Amino acid sequence: MRSIIDILDLSPAEIEELIATAMDIIENPAKYAEVCRGKKLATLFFEPSTRTRMSFEAAMYELGGNVISMAGAATSSASKGESVADTAKVISCYADIIAMRHPKEGAALVAANNASVPVINAGDGGHCHPTQTLADLLTIYREKGRFTDLTIGFCGDLKFGRTVHSLINAMSRYPGVKFVLISPEELKVPSYVKKDVLQKKGIPYVQTTDLEGAMPDLDILYMTRVQKERFFNEEDYLRLKDSYILTPDKLKNAKLDMNILHPLPRVNEISVKVDEDPRACYFKQVLNGKYMRMALMRKLLKEAGTI
Amino acid sequence: MNIDSIRNGIVIDHITAGRGMKLYELLGLDALDVSVAIIKNVNSRKMGKKDIIKIDADIPVNLDVIGFVDPGATINVIKDDRLAEKKTIDMPELLHGVVRCKNPRCITSTEQELAQLFRLTDRENKVYRCVYCETKAQF
Repeated sequence: MRSIIDILDLSPAEIEELIATAMDIIENPAKYAEVCRGKKLATLFFEPSTRTRMSFEAAMYELGGNVISMAGAATSSASKGESVADTAKVISCYADIIAMRHPKEGAALVAANNASVPVINAGDGGHCHPTQTLADLLTIYREKGRFTDLTIGFCGDLKFGRTVHSLINAMSRYPGVKFVLISPEELKVPSYVKKDVLQKKGIPYVQTTDLEGAMPDLDILYMTRVQKERFFNEEDYLRLKDSYILTPDKLKNAKLDMNILHPLPRVNEISVKVDEDPRACYFKQVLNGKYMRMALMRKLLKEAGTI
Repeated sequence: MNIDSIRNGIVIDHITAGRGMKLYELLGLDALDVSVAIIKNVNSRKMGKKDIIKIDADIPVNLDVIGFVDPGATINVIKDDRLAEKKTIDMPELLHGVVRCKNPRCITSTEQELAQLFRLTDRENKVYRCVYCETKAQF
């Protein structure tokens, strides 16, 4: 049974296929309105999330299917001590596909190893969040028309930001891509990402603490939030949370066709004044996420022979 | 320093100096009811210093453990005072149940019955990563 735990579970050809499907969904939504008729998505969210869960649910409804859901970890059997493996076996009896978010890293893999239906990782702690990366990729594709020859800046929490690691992994498969990694010292990209991905593949990258200095080179600026839930120590969080705030002033030296992405939710790292700038793409990203989740669920259900 | 030679048993030789105790621990040799000698910091022409473990019984040894901790080590099987077999060690692709993941955010930290699995991700630098959370294995 095919599940998607990490963005690298999808080959570049499959990502292109998903993008083509998503583009077709955007053009011809009626064509896809019944493809999952009678099928059920189970959303298992053991950690608070609004947008990802609702995006999956909206995606399944737009494919003509239904959704069953649990209200949260506190009201589920997890609070009684049920294992992820057992939960996955049980929910497989009710649903045709599972989207799961869990605070522990690797939980989605455990679910996938035990479920008899496809499992999509909707975020496992600070580890992977492949459908966010699919949203990011569709946004880059729609704005730039390509994945090659791009200078991509990542700014903010590059240590715990799972979306950053996933997008670096995904984009490092395309030629001509350069990365500019902008963060405070304490939140730098982990060394294994640099060693295992960037240095291994010989991909050019620069590390800096200077957002404005890096700005003129960037084709894409990917902003991230410093996430409170990833810190064991509140003092560290408070010290680092306001490290980078993007304002219209800081965008003065940016390219006119640069695109600003953010996985959302934002707190204050992008001023609301930037929202009016045509380069701001973070709300488009939300919509693109829904289309890619539709394309992905359709693909996995087709592969499983369910539809 | 003299340690009696063994008639029937196993000698783990060419252990990187300082790793003998770790091998002893991970191989579960403390649970054996036979003579086991750990010899530390033995002079070696090839290695400068090395550790050696001698086990006075022909018991099955988990080669994966040695491949993970010290793939340069060698195993000599002694039978009737003679070297019966010399085994070289390879690094296993998958390490099952040898070490626990130390990442407190890993699912294996709360669901203790899950198999502890690490995959070899970088042979050159001998890096194993947890299959669940990708944290580097430590011993």
